[in-house]
Amino acid sequence: MTTPSPLPSAAPAARGGPAAGAPAGGAAGTAELFALRDVTVTFGGLTALDGVGLSVAPGQVLGVIGPNGAGKTTLFNVACGLVRPDGGALAWQGREVRRLRPHDLAGMGIGRTLQGLGLFDRMTVLDNVVVGADRHARAGFLSGLLALPRSSREERALRERAMAVLDELGVAAHAHRYPPSLPYAVRKQVALARALVAEPELLLLDEPASGLSDEEMAALGDRIRALSDRMAVMLVEHHMDLVMSVCDQVVVLDFGRVIARGTPAEVRDEPAVLAAYLGAED
Amino acid sequence: MPALRPRLGSSPLLRHLLVALVGGAVALAVLTAVDDFRAGQLAAMAYLGIAAAGLTVLTGLNGQLSLGHGAFMAIGAYTAALFLGDVEPAAPLAVVLLAATAVASLVGLVVGLAAARLHGPYLAGATLALAVAVPGLAIYFGDTLGGEQGLSVRVPEPPAWFADLLFFLTAVDPSRGRFVAYLSWFVLIVVLVLLANLSQSRVGRTWRAVRDHEVAAELAGISLTRARVVAFVVSAATAGLAGALMAMVVRLTAPSGFTLTLSLTLLTAVVLGGLGSLAGALIGAALLTFLPQVVTGIGSDLGLDDVQSAELAPLVYGVVMILVILLAPAGLVGTLQGWRLRRRAAAGPAAPAVPATARPSDPTRPSDPTRPSDPTHPTHPTHPTDKAGRA
Repeated sequence: MTTPSPLPSAAPAARGGPAAGAPAGGAAGTAELFALRDVTVTFGGLTALDGVGLSVAPGQVLGVIGPNGAGKTTLFNVACGLVRPDGGALAWQGREVRRLRPHDLAGMGIGRTLQGLGLFDRMTVLDNVVVGADRHARAGFLSGLLALPRSSREERALRERAMAVLDELGVAAHAHRYPPSLPYAVRKQVALARALVAEPELLLLDEPASGLSDEEMAALGDRIRALSDRMAVMLVEHHMDLVMSVCDQVVVLDFGRVIARGTPAEVRDEPAVLAAYLGAED
Repeated sequence: MPALRPRLGSSPLLRHLLVALVGGAVALAVLTAVDDFRAGQLAAMAYLGIAAAGLTVLTGLNGQLSLGHGAFMAIGAYTAALFLGDVEPAAPLAVVLLAATAVASLVGLVVGLAAARLHGPYLAGATLALAVAVPGLAIYFGDTLGGEQGLSVRVPEPPAWFADLLFFLTAVDPSRGRFVAYLSWFVLIVVLVLLANLSQSRVGRTWRAVRDHEVAAELAGISLTRARVVAFVVSAATAGLAGALMAMVVRLTAPSGFTLTLSLTLLTAVVLGGLGSLAGALIGAALLTFLPQVVTGIGSDLGLDDVQSAELAPLVYGVVMILVILLAPAGLVGTLQGWRLRRRAAAGPAAPAVPATARPSDPTRPSDPTRPSDPTHPTHPTHPTDKAGRA
């Protein structure tokens, strides 16, 4: 099950064996939207992910937690095609994805927010969100060059769609401003709007609560719950309260391995989790 | 003004055509009124403006720096010269212009594919090499391309409808030289309309997104390579077209016309006017065309001899360039926009804030518009920290 990789690695195949692999997700029996199976990533001599498996069902909210350096962001980057795994496989809607390129993601129906927001600073908030809707754009080069009615009509439709999402998130008033002039919490909403406007089936949220106040975090929790009616959500997060309150399933990583998985309540009482977080010996 | 925006804004084509019509009328009137010398200067401004407009799209909108756009002008110029040389009968004008554009596009495609993998200083170096190498080809293939002497270019016969239209509008039968000036401005306006259309379309938005944040653009479904290559081809095509007009205006195509200075001149025009602004490119081209003469005139008035006053021009260029970078890094157009937006922001709280492009506080932008923070990124596309920020 080892895919060829451009990354130099000490022992790419050795770790991908079934013995090291974790079972693929806890949601056996339910439909599987997205899955990582037995994924291994090494950077030089460092193993960032070691036979990690997980799966997300439609409408599910899956939390990935773990101490710093546990491999959470690497996991997300594998899920987005930003990092090619040394071993293991990705599956989307039951089909194996052989070579995932980041720009294929949106078209498949996967949206992602970035930890550093990654807004387009020299474009208006509205344009930022319209870029997110590119998945729904059809106009080609020629219709843009000649400004054909087809192109202008589509532009209008995309802008309306973007405005609707900005409105839903309560930041429509800032549509014509530029991100650097806005408060962090607003920019965070803009980044979320940019991911949502594509109408993904799976939304990957990379530390959505970082830098938010307690009230903002509570609102975010409600938002994520509400979103799960429309899409599956997978989030990486430090804030345990948020994870415990919004997630249906939680996967705990430590040193690149899954050390626990289950409902928030199950995970909370797991000794291995306590050990990882409190630094105790096991 | 704010009330008009949404209505006019709903049809970019209409707005661009309106501006083009007014601009065309002014250009027509001016070209008809001035003497032959000024008409020649205005023609030079037009082809510089075309090339600068193509470059500002590449550098300002897509963040790719090119120090080698003179090479694409050379390619267009030589293509035109081969069509307009001693061969009989000379090819129709439209064919010449299209051929120059097409050949430059093809070369642009090849260079663009390489450029899409390079960033910052590496891209600058690669395009610089292009600027140096291409004129050398003319000497290497001296039999076909005329070597150092270059190829002389016959001014083509104006198409009948164009001559008729000019006569109808100006009541003057233009000389061949004057005709090329009209032609250059006609092409300039068409190019500006097309580039303005592109810039406001999905294509332009894609270019800006790639410029501002690569990973976020990719996650929105944009292929970085595709966006970069398309921008490069558009830019090269525009420069090739400008080169073809240059060949007709100068009536000679020789390696000495396409030195590195030409490439740097184009970049200067773009930075002076304001990166990413088509109006800025035009203003920059005007400055580069007329400033030397004005400065030389001032020099002789001050009692300098001919050589001294002629050398005053590059000096003034350099000083102006440094002043712009220090005091108005967004260029002339960008700085004006910044003032206007700030005034409006002060007038009403709901008004848009100052865009980052118009901020004088950001000194990195005009001198190096390609994001210098991640020059290593393209060589390690799978490295996690480069791509997604903090790992």
